[in-house]
Amino acid sequence: MIRVQAEDFDPGREQAALVAGKTGIGGVVSFVGMVRDFLSREDEAVVEAMTLEHYPGMTERQLQEIEAEARRRWPLDEVLIIHRYGRLEPGDNIVLVICASAHRDAAFDACRFLIDWLKTRAPFWKCEETGQGRRWVEARDEDEKAADRWR
Amino acid sequence: MKILYFAWLRERTGCAEEELPLPEGVKTVGQLVDWQIGRGGGFAQAFADRATIRVAVNMDYADADTPLADGDEVAFFPPVTGG
Repeated sequence: MIRVQAEDFDPGREQAALVAGKTGIGGVVSFVGMVRDFLSREDEAVVEAMTLEHYPGMTERQLQEIEAEARRRWPLDEVLIIHRYGRLEPGDNIVLVICASAHRDAAFDACRFLIDWLKTRAPFWKCEETGQGRRWVEARDEDEKAADRWR
Repeated sequence: MKILYFAWLRERTGCAEEELPLPEGVKTVGQLVDWQIGRGGGFAQAFADRATIRVAVNMDYADADTPLADGDEVAFFPPVTGG
């Protein structure tokens, strides 16, 4: 299941609702991505806010395809991806990925796969605001490499 | 066709979305990029560095060789930075 929304989410509540009554599930792994207040270790600029833009329609389509790929690769009972858009501040939630399976290996691997693939495929763009002004975040080579591990 | 621009491509072109007929002689994504550069101004500036531009045709990732037809939805954007 995927959701693209401006509103915040409650990871605990989402996880409880996802697994309720499904007693074949033996492990649940979740990842929460949040807005941090700095750009990089080398950059002293303080991030005051971040605006996430996306491509409505293609975002949902790509996230559905990413979920389908995870389900082809691992035996998953439940998958939930929530991604926010709009203006967010440090400490705010951006993305939630939850995977539930009978065994932990599938849940761990699928969760890592989903966040790595999503970062290089889902059409979102971050624009950061610092004391020096606003700028579009550049894609990082490390994210490409993280996704490459799953090819 | 419908053309969409996101992030700094939207800002540099000054255009979020436009509807226009498939330009004369344009049959592929690469040719549409050539045509964009030929428009001059903010478009030429936005499309100057092709390596930094990603393209989707009808919401699927595409490349320079992807064929285009009138009625397609084409989106231009920088490498994605979500998650």
